[in-house]
Amino acid sequence: MRRAGFPSNTVGFAIGLPLILAIGGLEAFRPMGLSLPALTGGLLTLDTMIRVGLFTIILVGLNLLMGYAGQVSLGQAAFYGMGAFFSAILTVRARALGIPPTLVEAWWWPWLVMLAGAFLVGLTAYGIGRPILRLRGHYLAMATLGLGIVVYILLRENLGLPHLNLTGGFDGIQGIPRLRLGGILLWPAWRYYFLVWLFAFGAIALGLRVVRSRVGRALRAIHGSEMAAESVGVEVSHYKAQVFGLSAAMAALAGSLYAHFQTTVIPATFGFGPSLELVVMSAVGGMASIWGAPFGALTVLLVQEVLRTQLHRVIPNAQGEFEAIAFGLILVLIMLFLPEGLTTGGLRWLRSRMGLRPPSG
Amino acid sequence: MIREWIWAERIPLTRRWGVAVAALGLVAALILMGQRHGFGVLEYLQFALDGLRGGSIYALVALGFVLVYRVMGVINFAQGAFVMLGPMFTALFYEQKWPPDPGLRLALAALLAVGIVGALGMAIERLTLYPARRASPLTRIIITVGVYLTLQGAALLLWGPYAKVLPSFTTLSLLDPTFRFAGLRVKAQSLWIGGTLIAALLSLGLFFGRTTVGKAMRACAVNRLAARLMGIPVDTMSTLAFGMAAALGAIAGIVLGPVTRVTYDMGLELGLKGFVAAIMGGLVSFPGAVLGGLLLGALENLWAGVTVAGFKDLFAFGILILVLLLHPKGFAGTEAEVERA
Repeated sequence: MRRAGFPSNTVGFAIGLPLILAIGGLEAFRPMGLSLPALTGGLLTLDTMIRVGLFTIILVGLNLLMGYAGQVSLGQAAFYGMGAFFSAILTVRARALGIPPTLVEAWWWPWLVMLAGAFLVGLTAYGIGRPILRLRGHYLAMATLGLGIVVYILLRENLGLPHLNLTGGFDGIQGIPRLRLGGILLWPAWRYYFLVWLFAFGAIALGLRVVRSRVGRALRAIHGSEMAAESVGVEVSHYKAQVFGLSAAMAALAGSLYAHFQTTVIPATFGFGPSLELVVMSAVGGMASIWGAPFGALTVLLVQEVLRTQLHRVIPNAQGEFEAIAFGLILVLIMLFLPEGLTTGGLRWLRSRMGLRPPSG
Repeated sequence: MIREWIWAERIPLTRRWGVAVAALGLVAALILMGQRHGFGVLEYLQFALDGLRGGSIYALVALGFVLVYRVMGVINFAQGAFVMLGPMFTALFYEQKWPPDPGLRLALAALLAVGIVGALGMAIERLTLYPARRASPLTRIIITVGVYLTLQGAALLLWGPYAKVLPSFTTLSLLDPTFRFAGLRVKAQSLWIGGTLIAALLSLGLFFGRTTVGKAMRACAVNRLAARLMGIPVDTMSTLAFGMAAALGAIAGIVLGPVTRVTYDMGLELGLKGFVAAIMGGLVSFPGAVLGGLLLGALENLWAGVTVAGFKDLFAFGILILVLLLHPKGFAGTEAEVERA
């Protein structure tokens, strides 16, 4: 097994943090009329970078689940959506639910909702994962697939209670308030950008912590051989359900942050397609790699951006779905030729080119 | 011997009763909900009968899932793409001028489409799953997801987002005759679909029971290493099984074509529901998969009849979670097989 990865983590923070700060500072002050879109030829915007941050939070959880525990989730977008709609419903529709206005008006109310949402979603995932994960193998993948679609349909169909109109059906919920911290409104976008990346780095730190801990060792043991892990006393289903719950809670947190960023949520954002998209991002960045999360998200979003601007020349009639064309190919090629993803696989390649010893394990 | 292999395991009596009680409870709940609409026996029967049409398609798709899973140990999420490509190719060839007789043209187009999709399946297995044959099941599952996305994207590129039309097999026009008996209505195309399912089951039975290749494929499913030691080319068997599953999927799509909209994204729903049907049958049993498909189709349609239309898909995936939570072995399947998943 790879050791704690002391140098690469330090390097990761040493490069990542200043880079993120620099981008934020650039957009906040726009010195000499410079801006992120201008410097990158319109390819990168602050909006994209906020999305990368949000996906990083989800992907750290997903990587823990897929790369370390070896369980694929084909419905992770459902937890993302549960978090987003939990926040949206309890801020926009709170009064209709009979929650006193003084509570809803308070600046800390959305933050409380966000935390409660992440906790409840994580608990739900744990409850579902516990019995299913008693079985070996990929039963979780099948269950998450079902769960993802069930959640999407429930959101689309107003949870089956059309008279309450909680989720707003196809059109979703509009007018979600921006977040405030005391008296400070976390907007314009660069302020929100810093908030999202604060959470993203928190997620990365948490992920590295988990990987290095007893739990992380147990997860790697499970990935290696469930039977061997069990025989040396690792409680397999317990650990797997725990990491499943954690990944769901992280996705829900990202969902809440997304809701307050976009101020509009619609069910289509959280369907089966987006779940697959998350798997693609995870595979591209490297599933068994915490640092792969931001790289995977950034790479896929950039590919999407290029396709969005270029591909309509090839297929003029397709709208919205055309990104999937490239996704499939990328996914197959990565899994075949670089199954460790761009970060871990790329680093290994770089090391071997420079004649350095590859990391042990 | 063949019987045991096909069933994977005789279901113990107690478990059979458990499943029967659960199914009866479900039917009772559906009838109770239907009371609000004032449905009579005839309506329920009609719903179930209509549902069997979709169910036969799920069953055909599920057979492909089971075939690939048993021989290769992979859950093949690309199966839905083959279901879409079948009618797409058929429509493409049917639009041509030759041969002038439309019936002959349709038959040729369908045959050609099944052949192409089968060959495509084999090529895809060689190009993607074969090089990754030593990779973890996780990697292989994700590869099949990637194959699905690629094929769907390619279909969108080639044929655009518009729906294609296949004619009814009976009249070779857009109008499909409806038969009536005892107050129930059956579309002619439904009979084609049911007949295809029966024919597919019979030929699979013959293939596995009577042919050398079929027996070799069974050996691969039971024990790959032992099969290899006996001189069976297991990798070729995998390729063949994948191609057969693709062809089965294409057949399912083609017979469904006249009663649905043939679009580049039709494979997603059919593939996933076929997968649910396979899980209901325990993922390793052919009759289990067929039973699962038929039951899923009938119950799903009843459910859609008694609730709102938007809830139709909720049933299949709700059932998926319930089956996995409560009874992951499905109607059939052994502990050992389940653990291999």
